[in-house]
Amino acid sequence: MSAQSPSSAHDFIGKEYKAGFVTDIEQETFPPGLDEAVIHEISKRKNEPAWLLEWRLRAYKRWLDMPEPTWAKVDFEPIDYQAISYFASPKGDKPKSLDEVDPELLKTYEKLGIPLHEQEVLAGVERDQDSNRVAVDAVFDSVSVTTTFKEELRAHGVIFCSLSEAVADHPELIQQYLGSVVPQGDNFYAALNSAVFSDGSFVYIPKGVRCPMELSTYFRINAQNTGQFERTLIIADEGSYVSYLEGCTAPMRDENQLHAAVVELVALEDASIKYSTVQNWYPGDANGLGGIYNFVTKRGVCRGARSHISWTQVETGSAITWKYPSVILRGDDSKGEFYSVALTNNHQQADTGTKMTHIGRNTSSTIISKGISAGQSSNAYRGRVRMNPGAMKARNFTQCDSLLIGDRASAHTFPSIESQRQDAVVEHEASTSKVNEDQLFLCRQRGIDGEKAVAMIVNGFCKEVFRELPMEFAVEASKLLEVSLEGAVG
Amino acid sequence: MKLLEVRNLVAEVDNKQILNGVNLTVNAGEVHAVMGPNGSGKSTLSNVLAGRPGYEVTSGSMELMGSPVNGMSVEERAHAGLFLGFQYPIEIPGVANMELLKNAIDSQRSATGEQEIGARELIQRVREVAKELQFSEEFLKREVNVGFSGGEKKRNEILQLMLMQPKLAFLDETDSGLDIDALQVVARGINAFSASDNAVVLVTHYQRLLNHVDVDFVHIMVNGELVKSGGKELALDVEARGYAEFLRS
Ligand SMILES: Nc1ncnc2c1ncn2[C@@H]1O[C@H](COP(=O)(O)OP(=O)(O)OP(=O)(O)O)[C@@H](O)[C@H]1O
Ligand SMILES: [Mg+2]
Repeated sequence: MSAQSPSSAHDFIGKEYKAGFVTDIEQETFPPGLDEAVIHEISKRKNEPAWLLEWRLRAYKRWLDMPEPTWAKVDFEPIDYQAISYFASPKGDKPKSLDEVDPELLKTYEKLGIPLHEQEVLAGVERDQDSNRVAVDAVFDSVSVTTTFKEELRAHGVIFCSLSEAVADHPELIQQYLGSVVPQGDNFYAALNSAVFSDGSFVYIPKGVRCPMELSTYFRINAQNTGQFERTLIIADEGSYVSYLEGCTAPMRDENQLHAAVVELVALEDASIKYSTVQNWYPGDANGLGGIYNFVTKRGVCRGARSHISWTQVETGSAITWKYPSVILRGDDSKGEFYSVALTNNHQQADTGTKMTHIGRNTSSTIISKGISAGQSSNAYRGRVRMNPGAMKARNFTQCDSLLIGDRASAHTFPSIESQRQDAVVEHEASTSKVNEDQLFLCRQRGIDGEKAVAMIVNGFCKEVFRELPMEFAVEASKLLEVSLEGAVG
Repeated sequence: MKLLEVRNLVAEVDNKQILNGVNLTVNAGEVHAVMGPNGSGKSTLSNVLAGRPGYEVTSGSMELMGSPVNGMSVEERAHAGLFLGFQYPIEIPGVANMELLKNAIDSQRSATGEQEIGARELIQRVREVAKELQFSEEFLKREVNVGFSGGEKKRNEILQLMLMQPKLAFLDETDSGLDIDALQVVARGINAFSASDNAVVLVTHYQRLLNHVDVDFVHIMVNGELVKSGGKELALDVEARGYAEFLRS
């Protein structure tokens, strides 16, 4: 009887990608190819000041001399950077209000459950609750479509707008901080991003302000054959607090598409930034055809004493994920955190983790990583914890757990600890396990469908990370996990 | 009404034959006890009934609520009304007791086309049952069996039993490892559950459970077969003399 009924965890997983539709809209897309002229053109479209154009060109020159990184445990055909288009935007001027936004675009966000009207809230969340309000910056291919709650935030002194607007309206902040955390030449993809970045979000929280609502950016790739190169910059001034969420999706296509973003966070004295990501780029089909290459550089610096940066990520999408949200702990008593769930299925590959660099005294960091690999996927955790000579009494706690579903998936962990302090306290725990067939049997015996049961068990495995997410994201994340595990895989 | 009918059941695990022709009929309103030496096949029988992957029926037949179970998945057998109380209840880290209960009840309901249970109704029902089983509120928020003592795990099985209200409960050593008070609590649970339209099969090593639960039939399992059936007195017999006489036969 076991031959005809599904018997073990891997029979209960598969994939159905719900955000895979294409928006039919007139778009302006640059022809494929990258040279200085293209960069001039991007900068011109955005009416950028001369210094920024020069900044881009400097990055471009560096990029030309840089090799692509090869150390990650991912495998893909070389990318032809001349075959990619570096700019795509809906036709026409940027809409001044929501009424001017193309209805097709509005429909897109409606379908995705992203509220562009301020009276709405994220899908699945109760209305009319002040505490549940979320301001959204909606980035569609290379441009920001709209940003909600701007005025209300402004009243608190909070700046939340697209990066392009910030360049025009707050050049002094941009000049001071752009590239200050992730330098242009940091790595190949960051250099490329610095040369061609299109849009992204900018956040500034003034001294002593606790941001009155969650801020979020929703990235959508729509255009074919186009790369997305957004850039986000968040500055939390002394004693301020902000919680920022990031989500992303893309249509189902047979070709791979490149997403090379840069995110920079700056926390000054006593400031706190909580950055959450639910990454759901198109993962490719069951045979590994198509999907997004998600090559992202995210880094925060705890500049001031007692500052705090916390990354939480739930990575379920993308054909390949290459991403290491990191924290530089410069301020004394500062704190860095990394909570991660990375789920790979079918032929997905993920190489993700974090870097915690302890420079200040009494700095502490916490890393909790949960990797789930199903199908024939490969899932690697890569972490580096460094205690510099001045990092008196620095502390780190790392826990990385891998869960395997089926016998064809693989999990790897590459932790590294470099301590130049005798008084550093470093704890590391790691585990690798399979979805427990006894747990699965218990759930099914209680009548719970095998697919649902696997999702429930995997959700339980991720609990420590999910509870770091803001409520509405936590709900979305567990649903996403369930969807990503849905269907049947041989 | 026949809730369970097992005929000449032969089954194997990992190509090793464990059940060598089991016959058992359980009618609504009955309580049965199955006793037998370690390794005689009692847990195997429960797993085979439930359709656990890896347990292969090679001949014979099984009917649940009057329908053959051939080709029914684990879930379908559960929806038909079969409940297993596990000899070794497993922990599920990160999954709250309440979540398991809600999903279990909802899956049962959706199989019969009923609506999902509302949060309020669920909490209310769980509270009532928990009180009967002397569970604290805090206990319900905990993760399934994680950090539970042996006795608490067994009581948790009874909690699930009482909330799910199956037709046929097959309880595998739910009385093992219980202190005397817990034994009484569990027995009360079983008695409260037992009714004219359902049935209970208790796998046990101890005659003492039968002091608290009214049992109609006692069966002795030896070597993958039910070799003898009788009333309560059979349990006393075994308690006094062991299984030696059955082993010889
Ligand atoms: N997966 C397996 N592979 C091989 N043999 C098994 C397997 N599962 C059970 N057995 C064997 O089947 C026999 C019956 O085991 P079972 O667990 O059904 O006994 P039991 O009557 O429940 O014993 P106990 O009273 O100790 O709980 C034992 O000899 C056991 O070792
Ligand atoms: Mg047993």
